[in-house]
Amino acid sequence: MMDRYTKLQLVGIYAALAVFLTFILLPFFEMFMASLRPLEHLFRSPYQFWSDDFSLQAYKDMWVTVPLLGRYIFNSIFIATSVTVITMVFVVPAAYAYARLEFPFKNMSLAIFLGVNMFTGAVLLIPLYRVLRTMGLLNTYWAMIVPGVAFLIPTGIWLLRSYLEKIPRELEEAAFVDGASRMYTLRRVVLPLAVPGLIVVSVAVFIGAYAQQFLFAITFNQTRELQPLPAGLFEFIGYQSVTWNEMMAAALVGVLPVMLIFLFLQKYLVAGLTAGAVKE
Amino acid sequence: MAELSAQASQPAANTRKRAMSENLFGWMLVAPAMIFIAVIVAWPLTETIRLSFMDAGLGGEEFIGLENYQDLADSRKFHQTVIRTFYWMFLSVGIKLIMGLIGATLLNAAIPGRALFRVLVMPPWVIPVAIGCIGWLWLYNGYFGVLSGVMMKLGITDGPFEFLAYKSSAFYSAVVTDVWVGTPMVTLFFLAAMQGVSRDLYEAAWVDGAGRWYRFRRITIPQIMPVIVSMALLSAIFTFNSFEIIWILTEGGPRSATTTLIIDTYKVAIGNYKFGEGAARAVVIVVLLAVFSLIYLFLLNKINKRYGAK
Repeated sequence: MMDRYTKLQLVGIYAALAVFLTFILLPFFEMFMASLRPLEHLFRSPYQFWSDDFSLQAYKDMWVTVPLLGRYIFNSIFIATSVTVITMVFVVPAAYAYARLEFPFKNMSLAIFLGVNMFTGAVLLIPLYRVLRTMGLLNTYWAMIVPGVAFLIPTGIWLLRSYLEKIPRELEEAAFVDGASRMYTLRRVVLPLAVPGLIVVSVAVFIGAYAQQFLFAITFNQTRELQPLPAGLFEFIGYQSVTWNEMMAAALVGVLPVMLIFLFLQKYLVAGLTAGAVKE
Repeated sequence: MAELSAQASQPAANTRKRAMSENLFGWMLVAPAMIFIAVIVAWPLTETIRLSFMDAGLGGEEFIGLENYQDLADSRKFHQTVIRTFYWMFLSVGIKLIMGLIGATLLNAAIPGRALFRVLVMPPWVIPVAIGCIGWLWLYNGYFGVLSGVMMKLGITDGPFEFLAYKSSAFYSAVVTDVWVGTPMVTLFFLAAMQGVSRDLYEAAWVDGAGRWYRFRRITIPQIMPVIVSMALLSAIFTFNSFEIIWILTEGGPRSATTTLIIDTYKVAIGNYKFGEGAARAVVIVVLLAVFSLIYLFLLNKINKRYGAK
């Protein structure tokens, strides 16, 4: 009863939603439309809402205009995957410790981790540049992976910790009482139970790692072959003109991997990411 | 008597032993992550502070005391950049919070299709910011972009309008794009919080004849206040630090109209290799953010107490 809307209210809600979603989706729609039009029709002024010669040509030509495009997409996925694996190696033990154990400076050290979220790479670029140079990592994949890991560890710990806290303690305590070592309990009891949480956090870290590459790429890497897609896309901006249609096509192809992962897992992801917002 | 105390001390010693191993084990698990952060974040941070007292460039370093800070304090341009950054932050975060509240309320309504709508809100959150910005670059294009096209059709402008070519339109265009990037996350957190509000509260109010608006103001808002407040801080930090959006759209131009502290720091340090001057700017950013966050957390604490949050 309480949830029933009058016809007018329903119309209002849908109209407001339409405006809201238009704002959110307009760039994607326009990118898609641009990717379907031949360049010379794109360059017609005034703007035309409809063309009669839509084609998928840009999706073929883009590989020729920017020959390394496939490599850029591979690099993006490769960097994001490496960042995810390395981040999780650091995150899993730490998140377990924060969820279950009591140790000195626990809250303080957790606060330090979360404090990292306050800085972006941009603030630390100068010394980071020098650290990476000293380590000989500039212009390698590591130059984009290492800082990526550092900035995702805190979020990973935070997300996984809240998931682990929801797993009942009894099983661990039973294993512990039976004489299992702490390490054994962590590996054989806790981790198997935490698999759904591990997946959600890994995917969240992957999406983050896929999204954050631009700054590190343009600052720490000059090697063209190693560039991730967000940086490589700018090669469509030539000296003479911009091949907008191919750039949009490439951008859409480039977001496809994360969009697909996200669509399949969105229910769990959103629940996992917003867990902190709902206190039980 | 002696027997009893011997028995009693046995478990106590056991507990102590376990406690010690728990301390050690806890740190063993946390240490790798801590060391990584120390090398990649904490150490560079101290380096930044050291460099800020240096005249440092590609050539070398020379200690010059507070000169870099003195230059910033004397520079009118820098003052404007600070003010612009805070204006950028407050404006963008304010709009994001309002959009988030509206969006979450709409998506929380019990209407057919809402599961689909909820998914449709998310893409800007998921995709790389840099790629979303390329889309906006296209939208803002004066000759071929849809926004200028619609404005011409409606007769708002006579000719093509280049959104990113004029000082104030470039600034507000960047704000719109930043809002676009940030709104989905805010919306989804608000939605999650709204779904956590007990239905009993609404039903009780409804039985008493409270209308929707009243229920929104008196139940929803107070109940989700802790989430609103923490999202405000989180988006403030993100927005303050936002780099890619402005860099891709305008690189801080035209004529510095979109230069925020982050952009300024990047240009000085990485663009012009003035490491010392850049470091001083970075330190200013860190200090401003820290002060802002502390004030904010203080207020958060008060608000949480007022609304009796757990």
